[in-house]
Amino acid sequence: MPAAPLLALRGVCKRFGVVEVLKDVDLEIHAGQVVALLGDNGAGKSTLVKVISGVSPADKGVIEWEGRTVQIRRPHDARDLGIATVYQDLALCGNLDVVGNLFLGREIRRFGFLDEMEMESRTIGLLERLTRAIPDLRAPVVSLSSGQRQAVAIARSLLGDPQVLLLDEPTAALGFEQTNEVLDLVDALRERGMGVLLISHNMGDVKALADRAVVLRLGRNNGFFNVNTASQEQIIASITGATENVPRRAASYETRW
Amino acid sequence: MRDTAEDPQAEGAEPVAEAGPAGGGPVALALRSGGEAVRRRFRAGELGSFPVVLVLATVWIIFQSLNANFLSPRNLSNISVDIVGTGMIAVGIVFVLLLGELDLSVGSISGLAAAIFAVLNVNNGVPEWIALVAAVLAGTAAGAVQGYSCAKTRVPAFVLTLAGLLTWNGLMLAVLGTNGTVNLDENGLVAKLTTYYFTNDAVAYGLAAVCAGAVFTISYLDRRRRVAAGMRHRSMRYIGVRTGALAATAFVSAYLLNRFQGLPLALLIFLVVVAGLDILLRRTHYGRQVYALGGGVEAARRASLNVTGIQTAVLAVSGTMAAVGGLFLASRISSVSQSSGSGVLLLNAIAAAVIGGTSLFGGRGTTWSAVLGMLVIQSIASGMAITDTPTAIQFVITGGVLFAAVLIDALSRRSQEAHGRA
Repeated sequence: MPAAPLLALRGVCKRFGVVEVLKDVDLEIHAGQVVALLGDNGAGKSTLVKVISGVSPADKGVIEWEGRTVQIRRPHDARDLGIATVYQDLALCGNLDVVGNLFLGREIRRFGFLDEMEMESRTIGLLERLTRAIPDLRAPVVSLSSGQRQAVAIARSLLGDPQVLLLDEPTAALGFEQTNEVLDLVDALRERGMGVLLISHNMGDVKALADRAVVLRLGRNNGFFNVNTASQEQIIASITGATENVPRRAASYETRW
Repeated sequence: MRDTAEDPQAEGAEPVAEAGPAGGGPVALALRSGGEAVRRRFRAGELGSFPVVLVLATVWIIFQSLNANFLSPRNLSNISVDIVGTGMIAVGIVFVLLLGELDLSVGSISGLAAAIFAVLNVNNGVPEWIALVAAVLAGTAAGAVQGYSCAKTRVPAFVLTLAGLLTWNGLMLAVLGTNGTVNLDENGLVAKLTTYYFTNDAVAYGLAAVCAGAVFTISYLDRRRRVAAGMRHRSMRYIGVRTGALAATAFVSAYLLNRFQGLPLALLIFLVVVAGLDILLRRTHYGRQVYALGGGVEAARRASLNVTGIQTAVLAVSGTMAAVGGLFLASRISSVSQSSGSGVLLLNAIAAAVIGGTSLFGGRGTTWSAVLGMLVIQSIASGMAITDTPTAIQFVITGGVLFAAVLIDALSRRSQEAHGRA
């Protein structure tokens, strides 16, 4: 792909105290591409998402947006660039209603006051896109089912028309049918030219949906795959650390360890 | 009740339609009556101000049956002035409770502000309004300092404000100096705060009419806009009943107040402040952030809210309201002494906010709960005084009401969570 990637990470490091959670991680997300981020539990996937979304900024490394270097120091920076995130824990305010959560931090105002009507009508439009019925948009989010909450979190991420969407295990809490809805949605977003980073444990989803797969192992890159050509065994071997088929660069890290 | 949500066949099976204009869904929603939503919220544990109104009615009925003077215009008018000082402080506490925090310094700040005013004005001859502004700003500053350090150190506010309680109390004693008690000018601005009454009957009735009219107009305009947009809206009957209930309360209050000395200035200021801050909390960007923070600090931070700024602002509001309340309390006894802002003041202010229905767990409540809670506390105090009951029993009863309020809060929270898991 000749154009510069929408988002590129080069040599990103992150440590919490003495624990090095991410070490020299590289990642590229192109427009119109779904990149699967794979790895065992504790491999640093969620940390990487938090680095990109500005929740816990990187200690070292370069982040490039459309080819130019940018700083992401706080969630605001990421949002301004056009990066939206659906966190694993959803990060919703349970006491606010659906409309309040969707527009939190970017409320629509009318004469200086909140324009509840406008926000509600846009919420209805967005949720219809997600083909999910929520009985009462004015009920606090704690009273919704986990599937409904997931829909709210995804709807919120789409609100600002982002160019890159980070989905941290978006289907973990969902049933079969709802999972398919989310996967269809990701497909549709790719068609629209958005770049999507998808964390998933489900290899079936990854094979069906992703264009490329990036594997993290113990906080390092442990393989880049073209999902259409690589076999499932190759990818899984890379996730679990079976040394065969591991790209040379990552292998050299392994030996140095 | 929620099974529609789990139903995979839920309306609109086509995957990811374009974000077209609102289709069949909203219209169907609009057809559903508002009553159903109210009932659902009730079952989900959102009781609102219903329990406290029930408690207030019970308290009034009991004391009226014990002493026929309890619901006399004179006594009700006195109660309405007595609630203002502590009530102002309780309004600030509501803000802090919405964050899920607690501010223990408000009593001391109220005393400090009163002392600053008294010493500046009476002892040093500074013009009253300058002394007044200085006193209120001192409260704001004290609160802002606490809020900022709280946000930066991430220490629970009740610990930092406990330090504040001692610090500001010490500062107040230092400001008052050795002479102890300062008497305020009987005809001054601050003394007038609680002694001035609008003796003209038209003022109380006029304000009641204006309030009812404003509430009706706003609800009506909102409804008209929603109808025009084809959205879910409230029925005219709902708006009518709501406005009618409000107007009835307002006019009965006005009638009773007019039968004594008219509308007290203190009550008018209190209601204006409470209504203003209610609009600030529920209808502005700032207020939405306060609620969001109470619902989850981490979620608010990830939604790129300025957590430090909001926490500082909330404790600054609490400090400001404490200072305002302190001036009203000083005005009520027209003096400031070393015991100003001490005793049960802090506990009453917190109790009022909680009894009124503001949740201790953060994120739920309105400024009106300060008014309702104070009415309950002051009614008990006044009823006890009228019936010559010892203070000991008054404390026990107020404690019982507070206990019940906390219980209701905890139970309604649990019921909400249970509905979430269902």
